[in-house]
Amino acid sequence: MLNSRIVITGLGLTAPNGNTLSEFRENLLAGVAKIEVLDMRYMGPVPAGVCNFEARKYQKRKEIRNGTRAGSIGIYCSREALADSQLDWESFDKSRAGIYFGITEHGNVETENEVYNISQFDYDTRYWSHHHNPRTVANNPAGEVSINLGVTGPHYTIGAACAAGNAGLIQGMQMLRLREIDFAFAGGISESIQTFGIFAGFKSQGALAKHEDPTKASRPFDVARNGIVVSEGGAVYTLERLEDARSRGAPIIAEIIGYHINSDAGDAVLPDSVRQAECVRAALAMAGLQPDQVDIVNTHATATPQGDIQECKALGEVFADCPNTYFNNTKSYIGHAMGAAGALELAGNIPAFEDLTVHPTINIDELDEECKLPNLVVNNPLRIDKVDCILNNSFGMLGINSCLIIKRFTE
Amino acid sequence: MTNKDAYRLVLEIIAEIAPDEDLSDVKPEINLRDQLDLDSMDFLDIVMELRKKYGIEVPEEDYSHLASLNSCADYLIPKFKSVSA
Repeated sequence: MLNSRIVITGLGLTAPNGNTLSEFRENLLAGVAKIEVLDMRYMGPVPAGVCNFEARKYQKRKEIRNGTRAGSIGIYCSREALADSQLDWESFDKSRAGIYFGITEHGNVETENEVYNISQFDYDTRYWSHHHNPRTVANNPAGEVSINLGVTGPHYTIGAACAAGNAGLIQGMQMLRLREIDFAFAGGISESIQTFGIFAGFKSQGALAKHEDPTKASRPFDVARNGIVVSEGGAVYTLERLEDARSRGAPIIAEIIGYHINSDAGDAVLPDSVRQAECVRAALAMAGLQPDQVDIVNTHATATPQGDIQECKALGEVFADCPNTYFNNTKSYIGHAMGAAGALELAGNIPAFEDLTVHPTINIDELDEECKLPNLVVNNPLRIDKVDCILNNSFGMLGINSCLIIKRFTE
Repeated sequence: MTNKDAYRLVLEIIAEIAPDEDLSDVKPEINLRDQLDLDSMDFLDIVMELRKKYGIEVPEEDYSHLASLNSCADYLIPKFKSVSA
């Protein structure tokens, strides 16, 4: 029972450069980055990844007004994933569905807005909104989806910093294997571009990207990289046990065959390549794979000077003798979608099962010597002979590392 | 201030908090919740907007006075007058 095969049967996403998988993929292969300049409260202009999905497609204006941006992203992605899964939702037992969203943080946006709001009233707390608590409870984006879709099974978020997108998928997979549910909405969500605190925090840390051309600001592995571009976004997958998916004739996108989460137990913000390598090796072991059986490694690299080097060190060691393993990075197009990053970046690589093409890492004018991974696909897409396994890394603050491996579905 | 003035001010607030609602034919004598898709949080929004826009306080024990446009007018007109006085 605990070893049930778990498959992806639907996918919905919003990224700064795409609101469907096909649009996202098209832009990743065409090298189209989408980063804008936002006029951030108290800070002025900052580069950021902004999504432009149509929230009204699935929500009334009042629901958008009363809810959160994270909630709207979650609803859009979940509804799109559900449609993609072709499940007969009307007749499905909603108590057997669960919602598991990874988030980096939640509540900063709404709290900052309320503090700003009462500052207009001399900090009189009588003007503090009654919407504040339902907006800031940590289950918010999952809860808004539960209400929107009528899901009466479990809903909650998994706080795992920037490793959260994978953590959401892992949670969904585990609950399916435990048979707590029959259908999972799982992935990652982020509304972080609406909080100045995230930007200011990275800036104080010396880790906020700047560039005169915002589309070139996110440049992992380049010598001129200077930090993170914060983005919003989301990716929600519908997951099912293989036997259920098969019995209803569901479209099967891929199978999740391995994962691992571990902790550095060291520095709060500096990554640890030893623990990262351990995490990747443990995920490979769970999947029953040797490193050279992985075709694409989608890196986490956020374009911080130290972080990228540490990840390359870990990957260089694990994949030392793997001439057919290729590496790429998606943040170079869309910035760092925080809690959504892992799930979103994995999604952008899934079409490689069909088109056998590795989307490149863009914005590399001069590759950092310390980031010279063998087979790093730079600036131009690369068609390869086979794509059967894709590995995604996502790491986060306080030393949380996650790794997820998916496989082309075969009986 | 007339009843119609009070209706208009309340409907302006409702238009902001429930932008999907058709407010063209709201019957003053019928409870708002029987004509519009409004929940308890929306009524708290009305209370908040009265406070923000007009400095009017509606204590919790008086929330029932916001049931219909007529009851709003009866309850709010004296308050508008005392605020503007």
